[in-house]
Amino acid sequence: MTDKSPLSAALVPYRPISTGLSVALGALVWALVLGGWMYLANGNHVPSMFLPDPGKVLATAGKLAMDGSLWDNTIASAQVVLIGFIASSVVAVPLGLYMGTYKAVQAALDPLVNFIRYLPVTSFVPLFILWIGIGLSERVAVIIFGTFFQQLVMIADAARSVPRDLVNAAYTLGTKRSTTVRHIVFPATLPAVLDILRVTVGWAWTYLVVAELVAAKSGLGYMSLKAMRGFQVDIIFLAIAMIGILGLITDQGFRLLRRVIAPWAA
Amino acid sequence: MTSSADITITDVSLRYGSGTKTVLALDGISLDVKPNEFAVIVGPSGCGKSSLLYLIAGLEDLTGGQITVDGHSIQGPGPDRGMVFQSYTLFPWLTVAQNVEYGPRRRGLGEAERKTLVDHYLAEVGLATFRDHYPAQLSGGMKQRVAIARALANDPAVLLMDEPFGALDSQTRHTMQRLLLRVWDHSHKTVLFVTHDIEEAILLADRVFVMSGRPGQIRKVLTVDFPRPRVGDIVLDPAFIAMKREIMGLLRSDDDDDH
Repeated sequence: MTDKSPLSAALVPYRPISTGLSVALGALVWALVLGGWMYLANGNHVPSMFLPDPGKVLATAGKLAMDGSLWDNTIASAQVVLIGFIASSVVAVPLGLYMGTYKAVQAALDPLVNFIRYLPVTSFVPLFILWIGIGLSERVAVIIFGTFFQQLVMIADAARSVPRDLVNAAYTLGTKRSTTVRHIVFPATLPAVLDILRVTVGWAWTYLVVAELVAAKSGLGYMSLKAMRGFQVDIIFLAIAMIGILGLITDQGFRLLRRVIAPWAA
Repeated sequence: MTSSADITITDVSLRYGSGTKTVLALDGISLDVKPNEFAVIVGPSGCGKSSLLYLIAGLEDLTGGQITVDGHSIQGPGPDRGMVFQSYTLFPWLTVAQNVEYGPRRRGLGEAERKTLVDHYLAEVGLATFRDHYPAQLSGGMKQRVAIARALANDPAVLLMDEPFGALDSQTRHTMQRLLLRVWDHSHKTVLFVTHDIEEAILLADRVFVMSGRPGQIRKVLTVDFPRPRVGDIVLDPAFIAMKREIMGLLRSDDDDDH
Protein backbone atom coordinates (compact mmCIF):
# COMPACT_ATOMS: atom_id res chain seq x y z
CA MET A 1 0.00 0.00 0.00
CA THR A 2 2.99 2.30 0.49
CA ASP A 3 4.04 1.91 -3.15
CA LYS A 4 2.72 4.98 -4.95
CA SER A 5 3.35 3.92 -8.58
CA PRO A 6 0.23 4.24 -10.78
CA LEU A 7 0.29 0.57 -11.77
CA SER A 8 0.23 -0.71 -8.21
CA ALA A 9 -2.74 1.60 -7.54
CA ALA A 10 -4.53 -0.11 -10.43
CA LEU A 11 -4.20 -3.42 -8.61
CA VAL A 12 -6.23 -2.26 -5.60
CA PRO A 13 -9.87 -3.36 -5.91
CA TYR A 14 -12.31 -0.50 -6.69
CA ARG A 15 -9.62 2.19 -6.45
CA PRO A 16 -10.00 4.90 -9.12
CA ILE A 17 -7.20 5.22 -11.68
CA SER A 18 -5.88 8.30 -13.47
CA THR A 19 -7.47 9.45 -16.73
CA GLY A 20 -4.16 8.96 -18.53
CA LEU A 21 -3.92 5.34 -17.45
CA SER A 22 -7.56 4.77 -18.27
CA VAL A 23 -7.14 6.07 -21.84
CA ALA A 24 -3.87 4.20 -22.28
CA LEU A 25 -5.43 0.88 -21.24
CA GLY A 26 -8.39 1.32 -23.60
CA ALA A 27 -6.06 2.22 -26.46
CA LEU A 28 -3.79 -0.71 -25.66
CA VAL A 29 -6.56 -3.28 -26.06
CA TRP A 30 -7.67 -1.71 -29.34
CA ALA A 31 -4.06 -1.75 -30.56
CA LEU A 32 -3.71 -5.42 -29.61
CA VAL A 33 -6.86 -6.37 -31.50
CA LEU A 34 -5.96 -4.36 -34.59
CA GLY A 35 -2.36 -5.55 -34.40
CA GLY A 36 -3.45 -9.17 -34.15
CA TRP A 37 -5.77 -8.65 -37.07
CA MET A 38 -2.95 -7.13 -39.22
CA TYR A 39 -0.58 -9.89 -38.23
CA LEU A 40 -3.03 -12.62 -39.20
CA ALA A 41 -4.09 -10.92 -42.43
CA ASN A 42 -0.65 -9.93 -43.72
CA GLY A 43 1.53 -12.87 -42.80
CA ASN A 44 -0.48 -15.24 -44.97
CA HIS A 45 -1.63 -16.98 -41.80
CA VAL A 46 -5.22 -16.69 -42.94
CA PRO A 47 -6.17 -16.47 -46.64
CA SER A 48 -7.27 -12.94 -47.57
CA MET A 49 -10.48 -14.44 -48.90
CA PHE A 50 -11.54 -14.99 -45.27
CA LEU A 51 -9.72 -12.19 -43.49
CA PRO A 52 -9.06 -8.92 -45.30
CA ASP A 53 -6.29 -6.52 -44.38
CA PRO A 54 -7.53 -3.54 -42.29
CA GLY A 55 -6.20 -1.21 -44.96
CA LYS A 56 -8.28 -3.01 -47.54
CA VAL A 57 -11.41 -2.49 -45.45
CA LEU A 58 -10.61 1.22 -45.16
CA ALA A 59 -10.06 1.46 -48.90
CA THR A 60 -13.38 -0.26 -49.54
CA ALA A 61 -15.05 2.10 -47.08
CA GLY A 62 -13.68 5.03 -49.05
CA LYS A 63 -14.78 3.55 -52.35
CA LEU A 64 -18.34 2.75 -51.21
CA ALA A 65 -18.59 6.12 -49.49
CA MET A 66 -17.66 7.81 -52.76
CA ASP A 67 -20.19 5.92 -54.86
CA GLY A 68 -22.82 6.53 -52.18
CA SER A 69 -23.87 2.91 -51.63
CA LEU A 70 -22.42 2.86 -48.10
CA TRP A 71 -24.57 5.84 -47.10
CA ASP A 72 -27.67 4.53 -48.86
CA ASN A 73 -27.45 1.23 -47.03
CA THR A 74 -26.61 2.86 -43.70
CA ILE A 75 -29.52 5.26 -43.98
CA ALA A 76 -31.86 2.44 -45.01
CA SER A 77 -30.87 0.46 -41.92
CA ALA A 78 -30.97 3.41 -39.55
CA GLN A 79 -34.40 4.33 -40.87
CA VAL A 80 -35.81 0.89 -40.06
CA VAL A 81 -34.26 0.86 -36.59
CA LEU A 82 -35.49 4.37 -35.87
CA ILE A 83 -39.08 3.77 -37.00
CA GLY A 84 -39.34 0.41 -35.25
CA PHE A 85 -37.66 1.55 -32.07
CA ILE A 86 -39.68 4.75 -31.75
CA ALA A 87 -42.98 2.99 -32.53
CA SER A 88 -42.18 0.38 -29.88
CA SER A 89 -41.01 2.87 -27.24
CA VAL A 90 -43.94 5.25 -27.69
CA VAL A 91 -46.30 2.49 -26.56
CA ALA A 92 -44.00 0.52 -24.24
CA VAL A 93 -42.99 3.45 -22.01
CA PRO A 94 -46.46 4.61 -20.92
CA LEU A 95 -47.90 1.10 -20.89
CA GLY A 96 -44.94 -0.18 -18.85
CA LEU A 97 -45.33 2.65 -16.34
CA TYR A 98 -49.03 1.85 -15.87
CA MET A 99 -48.22 -1.86 -15.68
CA GLY A 100 -45.73 -1.27 -12.87
CA THR A 101 -48.04 1.13 -11.03
CA TYR A 102 -51.43 -0.60 -11.26
CA LYS A 103 -51.64 -4.23 -10.14
CA ALA A 104 -54.70 -4.73 -12.34
CA VAL A 105 -52.82 -3.78 -15.51
CA GLN A 106 -49.97 -6.03 -14.44
CA ALA A 107 -52.31 -8.94 -13.73
CA ALA A 108 -53.90 -8.51 -17.14
CA LEU A 109 -50.68 -8.25 -19.18
CA ASP A 110 -48.07 -10.25 -17.28
CA PRO A 111 -49.10 -13.77 -18.33
CA LEU A 112 -49.26 -12.90 -22.03
CA VAL A 113 -46.16 -10.71 -22.09
CA ASN A 114 -44.03 -13.22 -20.24
CA PHE A 115 -45.07 -15.89 -22.75
CA ILE A 116 -44.38 -13.78 -25.82
CA ARG A 117 -41.08 -12.34 -24.71
CA TYR A 118 -39.46 -15.76 -24.66
CA LEU A 119 -40.48 -16.50 -28.23
CA PRO A 120 -37.46 -15.98 -30.50
CA VAL A 121 -38.10 -13.09 -32.85
CA THR A 122 -36.38 -15.00 -35.64
CA SER A 123 -39.12 -17.61 -35.58
CA PHE A 124 -41.63 -14.92 -36.53
CA VAL A 125 -39.71 -13.67 -39.55
CA PRO A 126 -41.28 -16.21 -41.97
CA LEU A 127 -44.71 -15.37 -40.60
CA PHE A 128 -44.15 -11.64 -41.00
CA ILE A 129 -42.91 -12.12 -44.56
CA LEU A 130 -46.04 -14.10 -45.33
CA TRP A 131 -48.31 -11.51 -43.75
CA ILE A 132 -46.56 -8.26 -44.61
CA GLY A 133 -44.21 -9.07 -47.48
CA ILE A 134 -40.55 -8.14 -47.66
CA GLY A 135 -40.81 -4.37 -47.58
CA LEU A 136 -39.83 -1.85 -44.98
CA SER A 137 -42.86 -2.61 -42.81
CA GLU A 138 -41.82 -6.24 -42.40
CA ARG A 139 -38.41 -5.23 -41.01
CA VAL A 140 -40.05 -2.62 -38.79
CA ALA A 141 -42.42 -5.33 -37.51
CA VAL A 142 -39.46 -7.54 -36.60
CA ILE A 143 -37.85 -4.69 -34.64
CA ILE A 144 -41.07 -3.84 -32.82
CA PHE A 145 -41.71 -7.46 -31.96
CA GLY A 146 -38.14 -7.89 -30.74
CA THR A 147 -37.96 -4.82 -28.53
CA PHE A 148 -41.51 -4.04 -27.36
CA PHE A 149 -42.06 -6.86 -24.87
CA GLN A 150 -38.58 -6.57 -23.40
CA GLN A 151 -39.05 -2.83 -22.95
CA LEU A 152 -42.45 -3.35 -21.38
CA VAL A 153 -41.17 -5.76 -18.73
CA MET A 154 -38.11 -3.66 -17.85
CA ILE A 155 -40.05 -0.40 -17.64
CA ALA A 156 -42.74 -2.01 -15.49
CA ASP A 157 -39.97 -3.18 -13.16
CA ALA A 158 -38.62 0.35 -12.91
CA ALA A 159 -42.10 1.71 -12.12
CA ARG A 160 -42.63 -0.95 -9.44
CA SER A 161 -39.41 0.03 -7.69
CA VAL A 162 -40.49 3.63 -7.06
CA PRO A 163 -40.32 4.00 -3.23
CA ARG A 164 -43.84 3.87 -1.73
CA ASP A 165 -43.13 6.75 0.63
CA LEU A 166 -42.23 8.96 -2.33
CA VAL A 167 -45.75 8.37 -3.65
CA ASN A 168 -47.20 8.74 -0.13
CA ALA A 169 -45.41 12.07 0.31
CA ALA A 170 -46.91 13.24 -2.99
CA TYR A 171 -50.40 12.32 -1.76
CA THR A 172 -49.95 14.27 1.46
CA LEU A 173 -48.95 17.25 -0.69
CA GLY A 174 -52.17 17.12 -2.67
CA THR A 175 -51.33 14.86 -5.61
CA LYS A 176 -54.43 13.08 -6.85
CA ARG A 177 -54.20 9.30 -7.17
CA SER A 178 -55.29 9.55 -10.81
CA THR A 179 -52.24 11.69 -11.66
CA THR A 180 -49.65 9.59 -9.81
CA VAL A 181 -48.11 8.18 -13.00
CA ARG A 182 -47.75 11.60 -14.60
CA HIS A 183 -46.55 13.55 -11.57
CA ILE A 184 -44.51 10.94 -9.71
CA VAL A 185 -43.87 7.62 -11.45
CA PHE A 186 -42.82 9.13 -14.79
CA PRO A 187 -40.25 11.62 -13.44
CA ALA A 188 -39.05 9.19 -10.77
CA THR A 189 -38.30 6.50 -13.37
CA LEU A 190 -37.05 8.80 -16.14
CA PRO A 191 -33.32 8.06 -15.63
CA ALA A 192 -34.02 4.31 -15.53
CA VAL A 193 -36.30 4.51 -18.59
CA LEU A 194 -33.58 6.29 -20.58
CA ASP A 195 -31.13 3.56 -19.59
CA ILE A 196 -33.61 0.90 -20.68
CA LEU A 197 -34.07 2.64 -24.03
CA ARG A 198 -30.29 2.83 -24.43
CA VAL A 199 -29.94 -0.91 -23.85
CA THR A 200 -32.89 -1.95 -26.00
CA VAL A 201 -31.89 0.18 -29.00
CA GLY A 202 -28.83 -2.07 -29.14
CA TRP A 203 -31.10 -5.10 -29.40
CA ALA A 204 -33.05 -3.34 -32.13
CA TRP A 205 -29.89 -3.26 -34.24
CA THR A 206 -29.44 -6.99 -33.74
CA TYR A 207 -32.97 -7.76 -34.90
CA LEU A 208 -32.54 -5.40 -37.84
CA VAL A 209 -29.64 -7.39 -39.21
CA VAL A 210 -31.61 -10.60 -38.78
CA ALA A 211 -34.48 -9.08 -40.74
CA GLU A 212 -32.21 -7.72 -43.45
CA LEU A 213 -30.34 -10.98 -43.92
CA VAL A 214 -33.58 -12.74 -44.69
CA ALA A 215 -35.58 -10.27 -46.68
CA ALA A 216 -34.34 -6.89 -47.83
CA LYS A 217 -33.13 -5.02 -50.88
CA SER A 218 -31.14 -2.43 -48.96
CA GLY A 219 -29.44 -1.92 -45.64
CA LEU A 220 -26.20 -3.00 -44.01
CA GLY A 221 -27.36 -6.58 -43.47
CA TYR A 222 -28.37 -6.84 -47.11
CA MET A 223 -25.02 -5.34 -48.16
CA SER A 224 -23.30 -7.96 -46.05
CA LEU A 225 -25.30 -10.83 -47.48
CA LYS A 226 -24.68 -9.70 -51.04
CA ALA A 227 -20.96 -9.41 -50.30
CA MET A 228 -20.90 -12.98 -49.01
CA ARG A 229 -22.22 -14.23 -52.32
CA GLY A 230 -19.39 -12.41 -54.11
CA PHE A 231 -16.70 -13.41 -51.57
CA GLN A 232 -16.18 -9.71 -50.74
CA VAL A 233 -15.18 -10.26 -47.16
CA ASP A 234 -13.91 -6.67 -46.86
CA ILE A 235 -17.48 -5.41 -47.40
CA ILE A 236 -18.78 -7.76 -44.70
CA PHE A 237 -16.21 -6.34 -42.31
CA LEU A 238 -17.20 -2.82 -43.32
CA ALA A 239 -20.91 -3.52 -42.68
CA ILE A 240 -20.14 -4.96 -39.25
CA ALA A 241 -17.93 -1.98 -38.39
CA MET A 242 -20.64 0.46 -39.51
CA ILE A 243 -23.18 -1.21 -37.21
CA GLY A 244 -20.68 -1.00 -34.37
CA ILE A 245 -20.05 2.69 -35.03
CA LEU A 246 -23.78 3.44 -35.26
CA GLY A 247 -24.32 1.55 -31.99
CA LEU A 248 -21.59 3.58 -30.33
CA ILE A 249 -23.13 6.84 -31.59
CA THR A 250 -26.61 5.85 -30.37
CA ASP A 251 -25.24 4.82 -27.00
CA GLN A 252 -23.40 8.11 -26.52
CA GLY A 253 -26.47 9.96 -27.76
CA PHE A 254 -28.63 8.38 -25.06
CA ARG A 255 -26.00 9.13 -22.41
CA LEU A 256 -26.00 12.76 -23.51
CA LEU A 257 -29.79 12.85 -23.58
CA ARG A 258 -29.88 11.47 -20.03
CA ARG A 259 -27.50 14.17 -18.83
CA VAL A 260 -29.60 16.86 -20.48
CA ILE A 261 -33.13 15.80 -19.50
CA ALA A 262 -32.33 14.02 -16.20
CA PRO A 263 -29.50 16.14 -14.80
CA TRP A 264 -30.36 15.24 -11.21
CA ALA A 265 -29.34 11.63 -11.81
CA ALA A 266 -26.01 12.39 -13.49
CA MET B 1 -53.48 31.88 6.25
CA THR B 2 -52.22 29.83 9.15
CA SER B 3 -54.74 27.27 10.22
CA SER B 4 -54.54 24.64 12.88
CA ALA B 5 -56.87 21.80 13.76
CA ASP B 6 -57.52 19.11 16.32
CA ILE B 7 -57.09 15.37 15.78
CA THR B 8 -59.56 13.02 17.45
CA ILE B 9 -58.86 9.30 17.45
CA THR B 10 -61.64 7.11 18.84
CA ASP B 11 -61.26 3.40 19.53
CA VAL B 12 -59.15 2.81 16.44
CA SER B 13 -58.01 -0.68 15.55
CA LEU B 14 -55.91 -1.87 12.65
CA ARG B 15 -55.66 -5.44 11.50
CA TYR B 16 -53.27 -6.66 8.79
CA GLY B 17 -53.77 -9.71 6.63
CA SER B 18 -56.85 -11.75 5.97
CA GLY B 19 -58.37 -15.09 6.92
CA THR B 20 -56.85 -16.82 9.94
CA LYS B 21 -53.42 -15.18 9.55
CA THR B 22 -54.24 -11.70 10.78
CA VAL B 23 -52.11 -9.48 12.95
CA LEU B 24 -53.68 -6.92 15.25
CA ALA B 25 -51.39 -3.90 14.92
CA LEU B 26 -53.49 -1.37 16.84
CA ASP B 27 -56.09 -2.21 19.47
CA GLY B 28 -58.61 0.31 20.73
CA ILE B 29 -56.48 3.44 20.47
CA SER B 30 -58.15 6.63 21.65
CA LEU B 31 -56.41 9.97 21.90
CA ASP B 32 -56.94 13.55 20.95
CA VAL B 33 -54.53 16.26 19.95
CA LYS B 34 -55.61 19.83 20.56
CA PRO B 35 -55.22 22.66 18.07
CA ASN B 36 -51.67 24.12 18.15
CA GLU B 37 -50.50 21.32 20.40
CA PHE B 38 -47.19 19.53 19.98
CA ALA B 39 -48.04 15.90 20.78
CA VAL B 40 -45.50 13.09 20.71
CA ILE B 41 -46.12 9.35 20.59
CA VAL B 42 -43.22 7.37 22.01
CA GLY B 43 -43.07 3.61 21.82
CA PRO B 44 -40.88 0.63 20.93
CA SER B 45 -40.27 -0.22 17.29
CA GLY B 46 -43.08 -2.27 15.83
CA CYS B 47 -45.69 -0.97 18.30
CA GLY B 48 -47.80 0.47 15.50
CA LYS B 49 -47.07 4.15 16.18
CA SER B 50 -46.12 4.77 12.57
CA SER B 51 -49.20 2.91 11.37
CA LEU B 52 -51.32 5.31 13.42
CA LEU B 53 -49.78 8.26 11.58
CA TYR B 54 -50.38 6.57 8.21
CA LEU B 55 -54.03 6.12 9.24
CA ILE B 56 -54.38 9.80 10.11
CA ALA B 57 -52.68 10.73 6.82
CA GLY B 58 -55.21 8.50 5.05
CA LEU B 59 -52.42 6.41 3.51
CA GLU B 60 -53.83 3.27 5.13
CA ASP B 61 -57.41 2.24 5.88
CA LEU B 62 -58.43 1.56 9.46
CA THR B 63 -60.22 -1.63 10.44
CA GLY B 64 -62.30 -0.13 13.23
CA GLY B 65 -63.00 3.10 15.07
CA GLN B 66 -62.90 6.64 13.80
CA ILE B 67 -60.38 9.40 13.16
CA THR B 68 -61.38 13.01 12.60
CA VAL B 69 -59.22 16.00 11.79
CA ASP B 70 -60.90 19.35 12.32
CA GLY B 71 -64.16 17.47 12.75
CA HIS B 72 -64.00 15.72 9.39
CA SER B 73 -63.47 11.97 9.25
CA ILE B 74 -60.59 10.77 7.09
CA GLN B 75 -61.35 10.04 3.44
CA GLY B 76 -57.98 9.09 1.96
CA PRO B 77 -54.89 11.28 1.87
CA GLY B 78 -55.11 15.03 1.43
CA PRO B 79 -53.04 18.19 1.66
CA ASP B 80 -54.75 19.23 4.92
CA ARG B 81 -52.54 16.67 6.67
CA GLY B 82 -48.87 17.29 5.89
CA MET B 83 -46.38 14.56 6.65
CA VAL B 84 -42.63 14.25 7.10
CA PHE B 85 -41.38 10.69 6.67
CA GLN B 86 -38.53 8.78 8.25
CA SER B 87 -37.10 7.92 4.82
CA TYR B 88 -35.99 10.74 2.56
CA THR B 89 -38.93 11.56 0.32
CA LEU B 90 -37.83 14.70 -1.50
CA PHE B 91 -38.54 14.38 -5.21
CA PRO B 92 -35.08 13.78 -6.66
CA TRP B 93 -36.00 15.31 -10.03
CA LEU B 94 -36.93 18.67 -8.47
CA THR B 95 -34.62 21.28 -6.98
CA VAL B 96 -34.99 22.31 -3.35
CA ALA B 97 -37.17 25.29 -4.32
CA GLN B 98 -39.29 23.18 -6.69
CA ASN B 99 -39.80 20.59 -3.94
CA VAL B 100 -41.05 23.26 -1.56
CA GLU B 101 -43.45 24.71 -4.13
CA TYR B 102 -44.75 21.29 -5.20
CA GLY B 103 -47.83 21.40 -2.95
CA PRO B 104 -48.73 25.04 -3.72
CA ARG B 105 -48.36 24.22 -7.43
CA ARG B 106 -50.81 21.31 -7.07
CA ARG B 107 -53.24 23.74 -5.45
CA GLY B 108 -52.91 26.00 -8.46
CA LEU B 109 -51.17 28.93 -6.79
CA GLY B 110 -49.58 31.49 -9.09
CA GLU B 111 -45.85 31.92 -9.55
CA ALA B 112 -45.55 35.04 -7.39
CA GLU B 113 -47.40 33.45 -4.48
CA ARG B 114 -45.33 30.29 -4.78
CA LYS B 115 -42.10 32.28 -4.75
CA THR B 116 -43.16 34.09 -1.58
CA LEU B 117 -43.87 30.75 0.13
CA VAL B 118 -40.59 29.21 -1.06
CA ASP B 119 -38.56 32.21 0.09
CA HIS B 120 -40.27 32.26 3.47
CA TYR B 121 -40.00 28.56 4.31
CA LEU B 122 -36.48 28.08 2.96
CA ALA B 123 -35.37 31.01 5.11
CA GLU B 124 -37.25 29.43 8.02
CA VAL B 125 -35.20 26.21 7.76
CA GLY B 126 -32.00 28.09 6.90
CA LEU B 127 -31.56 26.76 3.37
CA ALA B 128 -32.18 29.88 1.26
CA THR B 129 -28.82 29.53 -0.45
CA PHE B 130 -29.53 25.94 -1.46
CA ARG B 131 -32.70 26.63 -3.46
CA ASP B 132 -31.27 25.45 -6.79
CA HIS B 133 -29.60 22.30 -5.46
CA TYR B 134 -30.97 18.84 -6.17
CA PRO B 135 -31.74 16.59 -3.15
CA ALA B 136 -28.86 14.28 -4.05
CA GLN B 137 -26.50 17.18 -3.28
CA LEU B 138 -27.83 17.63 0.28
CA SER B 139 -26.91 15.95 3.58
CA GLY B 140 -29.51 13.90 5.44
CA GLY B 141 -30.28 16.72 7.88
CA MET B 142 -30.71 19.22 5.05
CA LYS B 143 -33.06 16.85 3.21
CA GLN B 144 -35.30 16.65 6.27
CA ARG B 145 -35.21 20.42 6.68
CA VAL B 146 -36.45 20.78 3.10
CA ALA B 147 -39.08 18.11 3.80
CA ILE B 148 -40.35 20.16 6.76
CA ALA B 149 -40.39 23.33 4.64
CA ARG B 150 -42.21 21.46 1.86
CA ALA B 151 -44.88 20.17 4.25
CA LEU B 152 -45.42 23.59 5.85
CA ALA B 153 -45.47 25.52 2.56
CA ASN B 154 -48.67 23.63 1.79
CA ASP B 155 -50.28 25.17 4.90
CA PRO B 156 -51.65 21.91 6.33
CA ALA B 157 -54.05 21.93 9.29
CA VAL B 158 -51.90 19.33 11.06
CA LEU B 159 -48.31 18.18 10.63
CA LEU B 160 -47.58 14.46 11.04
CA MET B 161 -43.95 13.51 11.65
CA ASP B 162 -42.85 9.87 11.49
CA GLU B 163 -39.45 9.60 13.22
CA PRO B 164 -38.12 12.28 10.88
CA PHE B 165 -34.75 12.49 12.62
CA GLY B 166 -34.33 8.75 13.16
CA ALA B 167 -31.70 8.35 10.47
CA LEU B 168 -29.59 11.33 11.55
CA ASP B 169 -26.51 11.40 13.77
CA SER B 170 -27.10 12.71 17.31
CA GLN B 171 -25.41 16.08 16.68
CA THR B 172 -27.61 16.79 13.66
CA ARG B 173 -30.64 15.46 15.49
CA HIS B 174 -30.24 18.01 18.28
CA THR B 175 -29.90 20.81 15.74
CA MET B 176 -33.02 19.58 13.98
CA GLN B 177 -35.01 19.42 17.22
CA ARG B 178 -34.16 23.04 18.01
CA LEU B 179 -34.99 24.06 14.45
CA LEU B 180 -38.31 22.23 14.54
CA LEU B 181 -39.33 23.87 17.81
CA ARG B 182 -38.45 27.30 16.41
CA VAL B 183 -40.43 26.65 13.23
CA TRP B 184 -43.36 25.30 15.24
CA ASP B 185 -43.21 28.35 17.49
CA HIS B 186 -43.63 30.55 14.40
CA SER B 187 -46.35 28.50 12.69
CA HIS B 188 -48.08 26.94 15.67
CA LYS B 189 -49.39 24.07 13.66
CA THR B 190 -50.86 21.06 15.41
CA VAL B 191 -48.02 18.52 15.39
CA LEU B 192 -48.21 14.80 16.00
CA PHE B 193 -44.67 13.48 16.19
CA VAL B 194 -43.69 9.82 16.47
CA THR B 195 -40.36 8.66 17.92
CA HIS B 196 -38.73 5.86 19.88
CA ASP B 197 -36.29 8.35 21.45
CA ILE B 198 -37.61 9.17 24.96
CA GLU B 199 -35.42 12.26 25.40
CA GLU B 200 -36.58 13.60 22.04
CA ALA B 201 -40.18 13.03 23.08
CA ILE B 202 -39.90 15.01 26.32
CA LEU B 203 -37.82 17.76 24.74
CA LEU B 204 -40.41 18.43 22.04
CA ALA B 205 -43.79 17.61 23.53
CA ASP B 206 -46.64 19.40 25.25
CA ARG B 207 -47.96 15.91 25.91
CA VAL B 208 -46.34 12.50 25.48
CA PHE B 209 -48.43 9.44 24.62
CA VAL B 210 -46.57 6.32 25.71
CA MET B 211 -47.46 3.36 23.55
CA SER B 212 -46.96 -0.34 24.13
CA GLY B 213 -46.59 -2.87 21.38
CA ARG B 214 -48.31 -5.91 19.85
CA PRO B 215 -51.08 -4.90 19.73
CA GLY B 216 -50.38 -1.20 20.00
CA GLN B 217 -52.17 0.47 22.90
CA ILE B 218 -51.82 3.80 24.69
CA ARG B 219 -50.25 3.02 28.05
CA LYS B 220 -50.07 6.49 29.57
CA VAL B 221 -50.42 10.17 28.71
CA LEU B 222 -47.95 12.56 30.34
CA THR B 223 -48.19 16.35 30.32
CA VAL B 224 -44.81 18.01 29.86
CA ASP B 225 -44.81 21.49 31.31
CA PHE B 226 -41.16 22.47 31.17
CA PRO B 227 -41.04 26.08 30.03
CA ARG B 228 -40.22 26.81 26.42
CA PRO B 229 -37.86 27.39 24.78
CA ARG B 230 -36.30 24.27 26.20
CA VAL B 231 -32.59 24.70 25.80
CA GLY B 232 -29.37 22.80 26.37
CA ASP B 233 -29.15 21.71 29.96
CA ILE B 234 -32.79 20.90 30.46
CA VAL B 235 -32.04 17.21 29.78
CA LEU B 236 -29.99 17.24 33.01
CA ASP B 237 -32.83 18.73 35.08
CA PRO B 238 -33.93 16.25 37.81
CA ALA B 239 -37.59 16.63 36.79
CA PHE B 240 -36.64 15.85 33.18
CA ILE B 241 -34.69 12.80 34.26
CA ALA B 242 -37.54 11.66 36.47
CA MET B 243 -39.94 11.81 33.56
CA LYS B 244 -37.47 10.00 31.35
CA ARG B 245 -37.16 7.29 33.99
CA GLU B 246 -40.93 6.95 34.23
CA ILE B 247 -41.30 6.48 30.46
CA MET B 248 -38.39 4.04 30.40
CA GLY B 249 -40.15 2.10 33.13
CA LEU B 250 -43.38 2.02 31.15
CA LEU B 251 -41.58 0.81 28.03
CA ARG B 252 -39.52 -1.71 29.95
CA SER B 253 -42.49 -3.33 31.67
CA ASP B 254 -43.85 -3.63 28.16
CA ASP B 255 -40.65 -5.46 27.18
CA ASP B 256 -41.08 -7.84 30.10
CA ASP B 257 -44.58 -8.70 28.92
CA ASP B 258 -43.00 -10.07 25.78
CA HIS B 259 -40.89 -12.62 27.61
